[in-house]
Amino acid sequence: MVRQSGSNVSLAQRAWAIRRNALLMGEVQGQGYIGQALGAADLLAVTHFHAMTYRPEEPEWEGRDRFYLSIGHYAIALYAAMIEAGILPEDEIATYGMDDSRMPMSGMASYTPGMEITGGSLGHGLGIAVGAAMGLKRKGNPAFVYNMLSDGELGEGSTWEAVMSAVQWKLDNLIAVVDFNNQQADGPTREALARTPEAAKWEAFGWHAQEVDGNDLDALVAAFDTARRHEGARPRVIICNTKMCKGIPFLEEREITHFIRVEPDEWQKALAILDEEKPQ
Amino acid sequence: MSDVPFGAHSRRKSKYTPRKAANDGARTSAMIASLDAEGRETIAAPFGEALCELAKTREDIVGLSADLSKYTDMHVFANAYPDRFYQMGMAEQVMISAAAGLAREGFTPFATTYAVFASRRAYDFIAMAIAEENLPVKICCALPGLTTGYGPSHQATEDIAIFRGMPNLTIVDPCDAVETAQATHAIADHPGPVYMRLLRGKVPDVLGRYGYRFKLGKAQTIRDGRDVLFISSGFMTMRVLDAAEKLAADGVDCAVLHVPTIKPLDVDTIAAEAAKSGRLVVTAENHTVIGGLGEAVAGALMRAGVHVPFRQIGLPDEFLDAGALPTLHHQYGLSVEAVMASIKSWL
Repeated sequence: MVRQSGSNVSLAQRAWAIRRNALLMGEVQGQGYIGQALGAADLLAVTHFHAMTYRPEEPEWEGRDRFYLSIGHYAIALYAAMIEAGILPEDEIATYGMDDSRMPMSGMASYTPGMEITGGSLGHGLGIAVGAAMGLKRKGNPAFVYNMLSDGELGEGSTWEAVMSAVQWKLDNLIAVVDFNNQQADGPTREALARTPEAAKWEAFGWHAQEVDGNDLDALVAAFDTARRHEGARPRVIICNTKMCKGIPFLEEREITHFIRVEPDEWQKALAILDEEKPQ
Repeated sequence: MSDVPFGAHSRRKSKYTPRKAANDGARTSAMIASLDAEGRETIAAPFGEALCELAKTREDIVGLSADLSKYTDMHVFANAYPDRFYQMGMAEQVMISAAAGLAREGFTPFATTYAVFASRRAYDFIAMAIAEENLPVKICCALPGLTTGYGPSHQATEDIAIFRGMPNLTIVDPCDAVETAQATHAIADHPGPVYMRLLRGKVPDVLGRYGYRFKLGKAQTIRDGRDVLFISSGFMTMRVLDAAEKLAADGVDCAVLHVPTIKPLDVDTIAAEAAKSGRLVVTAENHTVIGGLGEAVAGALMRAGVHVPFRQIGLPDEFLDAGALPTLHHQYGLSVEAVMASIKSWL
């Protein structure tokens, strides 16, 4: 199987499964970046079950679209998507963050099948994606490189070196996906470094930019289709405005922080809420 | 508590005091200074020429530079293989990250800038995008140590100290033109990441007459002697060879063990040579005495249980002056005359 989109499982069901896998992993550790995982579940459903071409049983297949996760702490979200995609086995959920697990808390290439790069030091992913996109062009390989980065990561100067470089080399095979949840370690992103204008800033640098509701599956599908089909010789960015903890109302209402507090008994409560909302 | 008032910390004198240069060589503090000794044979752009040679048979070789191709001899490759060269602009972080991305896609990237910018500015990117994943990126940097009189912004006096702590990274500090060319081929064949210090432009040709050939990871004896064992790297090997010849006239017999691979260090050869009794062991490096070859050798000898008289020739733990390179080499103890004076004071 090359792409999952031919199956009759809806994207809403994929997003639901990603949230469920993430909650199960969060419960294992009693912690985790569950707020980010719940917020990004919809966009990962669209990348992994609509936009991208890959072979779950062959994560290093040369023809695959590359998915570079800059933000290592979102590993819980990507593991959840890769388990749903069949790249990682479901029975390893219980090992998340444990000794000897293939799923460490921060995503690292050497640990996990399908984890393309080592993230965690923010501001690296887009630059690596630039080089990979150059390399794919050298080889005549038509695959796309996706780089998922965070709003906070846009504060790193190196990200903007990569933004300029991608334009310089006309990398129309590069799609940056920004999870904009307006939350970084010390507080709201928009209160840390000047963010606005957002999409217009990328456009001014020469990118094809779109800004969408990152928890609206139809809007995401349209944005990814547009990004892939755009004919300009330039890189593409999709800024996804997401809501931390999306899908679990009592967590959505909690004071939102980078590392959200979840009491031991709340994991099952959250899973029960999710189970009631399972899409048909 | 210092009694120096705020604003009075300048290490520069406000008044110009003329100094006599160490020899009649260049008296400019220009960026690119020559390491020529008078009458020495030189070879032009050995790194760039070697890279072109390699590229003839290695389709995977690509080049990148952060606006310094002309000053790292990468321009030779860029001119010969324009479609395999990436001018990345004045952006070292993305140059290094992009090199990592190219390596991920199966290429063997050679990335060049000045040693100060690779070590001080791009460290995190080399560590996490390249070394942590053991990718075969070759970072080749001009102006290592004290090879420009331009001042601390361009004098990479601590590049090796910075890089020695990085796991997986091989560090090479060649002596001359022929070794630079041989090392370029050798590091291309090495499966992991490499940091190589570059001598650029017209580079002296020294080691050929000793029948020497570079081997990655190997220290080799260039000259034997009974009184002193120099353990040296980079261009300091040519300085200690010159000093050894002159000291011989004074009855001081010096051996020279050349250690172009700083990491991994050839501990077996170094310990075996140092253990030969009766010699003063003197490390000599174009680098601060902190964290470079000297301390690497000292640590290795301690761990190996080799206890010998030990001295270091290297740069002081200071931000260095601007000035003409020969003047500075003499001032900071790297000139042939300064090496000889140090040895005589220690014997």
